Amino acid sequence: MAHSASTTPAARQQHYAVPQPMPWPILGSTSLFLMALGAVFVFNSAKGGWVGIAAGFMLLLYMMVRWFGDVIRESEGGKYGRWEDVSFRWGMSFFIFSEVMFFGAFFGALFWVRQYSVPDLGGLESQAYAWPGFSAHWPSAGPGFTEAFSAMGAWGLPAVNTLLLLSSGVTVTFAHWNLIANNRQKLLLWLGATILLGVAFLVCQATEYHHAYTELNLKLSTGAYGSTFFMLTGFHGFHVTVGAIMLTVIWFRCLKGHFKPDHHFAFEGVAWYWHFVDVVWLGLFIFVYWL
Amino acid sequence: MSSVVDSHDHDHAHGGHDHHDHHGGYSGVMRWITTTNHKDIGTMYLWFSFMMFMVGGVMALAIRLELFSPGMQFFNPDQFNQFITMHGLIMVFGAIMPAFVGFANWQIPMMIGAPDMAFARLNNWSFWLLPFAGTLLILSFFTPGGAPGVGWTLYAPLTVQMGIGMDLTIFAVHILGMSSILGSINIITTILNMRAPGMTLMKMPLFCWTWLITAYLLVAAMPVLAGAVTMTLTDRHFGTTFFNAAGGGDPVLYQHIFWFFGHPEVYIIALPAFGVISQVIPAFSRKPLFGYASMVYATSAIAILSFIVWAHHMYTVGMPVTGQLFFMYATTLIAVPTGVKVFNWVATMWKGSLTFETPMLFALGFLFLFTLGGFTGLVLSLVPVDIQLHDTYYVVAHFHYVMVAGALFSAFAGVYFWLPKWTGKMYDEKLGQVHFWLTLIFFNMIFFVQHFLGMAGMPRRIPDYPLMFETWNKISSIGAFGFGLTQLLFLYIVLKCIRSGEPAPQKPWEGADSLEWTHLPTPAPYHSFETQPVVK
Repeated sequence: MAHSASTTPAARQQHYAVPQPMPWPILGSTSLFLMALGAVFVFNSAKGGWVGIAAGFMLLLYMMVRWFGDVIRESEGGKYGRWEDVSFRWGMSFFIFSEVMFFGAFFGALFWVRQYSVPDLGGLESQAYAWPGFSAHWPSAGPGFTEAFSAMGAWGLPAVNTLLLLSSGVTVTFAHWNLIANNRQKLLLWLGATILLGVAFLVCQATEYHHAYTELNLKLSTGAYGSTFFMLTGFHGFHVTVGAIMLTVIWFRCLKGHFKPDHHFAFEGVAWYWHFVDVVWLGLFIFVYWL
Repeated sequence: MSSVVDSHDHDHAHGGHDHHDHHGGYSGVMRWITTTNHKDIGTMYLWFSFMMFMVGGVMALAIRLELFSPGMQFFNPDQFNQFITMHGLIMVFGAIMPAFVGFANWQIPMMIGAPDMAFARLNNWSFWLLPFAGTLLILSFFTPGGAPGVGWTLYAPLTVQMGIGMDLTIFAVHILGMSSILGSINIITTILNMRAPGMTLMKMPLFCWTWLITAYLLVAAMPVLAGAVTMTLTDRHFGTTFFNAAGGGDPVLYQHIFWFFGHPEVYIIALPAFGVISQVIPAFSRKPLFGYASMVYATSAIAILSFIVWAHHMYTVGMPVTGQLFFMYATTLIAVPTGVKVFNWVATMWKGSLTFETPMLFALGFLFLFTLGGFTGLVLSLVPVDIQLHDTYYVVAHFHYVMVAGALFSAFAGVYFWLPKWTGKMYDEKLGQVHFWLTLIFFNMIFFVQHFLGMAGMPRRIPDYPLMFETWNKISSIGAFGFGLTQLLFLYIVLKCIRSGEPAPQKPWEGADSLEWTHLPTPAPYHSFETQPVVK
């Protein structure tokens, strides 16, 4: 075939696995619809909202188990070659890019309140006409917030968390090396260590939140500081949770003997995601906790 | 596949692959719900978009009905605001964007010689998120307090004060954004990984290039909108103060985040339209596109610039003069790559052997009117002028020249252009031309006069106006109803083509040269390229 002269990935393989129709996507849409509707009910104190959320969430779990189950079976059945693998790589890269942009919006909000809105509220005009006596310095909960609160220090639990998450980035790489070397025992060990470090991170964060709410009087509703602090770290914590769940799934797949040294994109995709979560944390540590 | 001509090797085994099955075992409604076929999904996108176009259109007619005469006629101001908001949201997220995703689904695999989209099941989900999000949006009308009456830009602090409808809208935007992001990841991956051997990036039809860049813009911009509405949601229900000055936040922060999404969004809508026009004009000029490479670079330049011009929507919000100057110069800079494009389209026609079938008519309508919309955009980019014209009907006229005469005209051009390939039948050329001329005349009747209204100071989003604006408003409203009725003719033409059109040849347009015309029979087979063609 003339394909050999070509530069596209297609040259390596003639057939791309175009999957059969399946009902999982519509279940996913239905579940999101139910959860959205349920949440709207809950937010507005209408009855029955939790039923919608619970039903939607169960449906979502079912959808993911079945859909991912299909894909895993296909992958282990050898349906995906080099060509499909490249697709997965592009797909995951751009998915992570979209996540970066999502966090970008919240980092943007943090920079805006620190650089513009809080200093402006302490400016001459604001002093004269709106908020006399407000002294603008970060951390601030804004001029309308009258209770005392303390900001979260950087060098206690957050520093420990930095250490935990950075270490987990190293251990997941060790796991990857052992997967490539087909050293399954060590693969399971290092991957398990990664999961434990992730869980330890989440425990520390929960402790930190508890400390904030009970001792620092720092809440989600604590003005600009509370909003940016909890939304940024909260969304990050949510991503760590999702990442830890994904790592756990991968760990069990490794246990079952899935993946080959040269065919394991699911592992790599999760590792990429884990590194992304890691990098976001560094941004958080520097801009939310430290500076 | 008998007419797949030159470059095929039919001999090798298809063993172990089951993608020869048509429609894969499901039938009836379930076929459409479960399909992984890019053509089925493209068709659903296009029909969904047309339905939303009708829904959003009815709201536009409600707006024009109220504005037919000064004084309050049919709706109270709150209902008027709800129509304004939902018209914008539905047209942008429900009609125009899905229409071009529909084109992308149908055309990209055929144009690059791919078997299907890279992620066929994800593709199904990208579509099937839309009807659910659309339902949430429309449900908001039936909640206490009705749909949000805040404008499609969903500005804080109004959004923080709205009722239950606002929450439904926020979740609808989340799901719409998810659909766009998943669809875009799919399009990017398809273009980067599924091209036929020899189909280098710089040999791709320009439509694929514009979509590659659009998809990149979507992946970069949609999550930011998701962030903005999430902050709105937590401000509403969880006590955060992102947009509340008393808590150290700032309503202007919302505007910055929104327009960081919102301006790329303008190009998300415009670039695929440019792509369609770049296929249609060469085909009917019987000449290759003039300056292909410069078109690619101009498209990329527009995409990059679109991320550093957002605050030109906010000149009057109270920003420093240095900020105004930066955003003004950056905005005027966009005229350069856009000018390159318009020049190239005109140069493509230069000494071409032109014919004027319906797709070409719509492309020419696009060329004239979009350029006009571009010029008024240039006018609005200038800070001193914009401060006078901000939030007047001049702005409304400007962006409808871009959205309707730009995006919608090119969508019509695309539908007429590819309908023979999709259905295997020709549309009624005479009726198509009638559709074009009526659309053109009524469009200008609606929106050209709105320039005058805006210059005279009529504010947008207000249900009442002084007597002096009456004449132009009457003309505009009559035009709107004419425009709306004309689109029923479009529906009739499409249905007539599907049911009883003359059979179309493989390549009904003499000058068309992309793979779907040269390598695939008409109508295009259910699976386009099971074996990829080799492009030389």
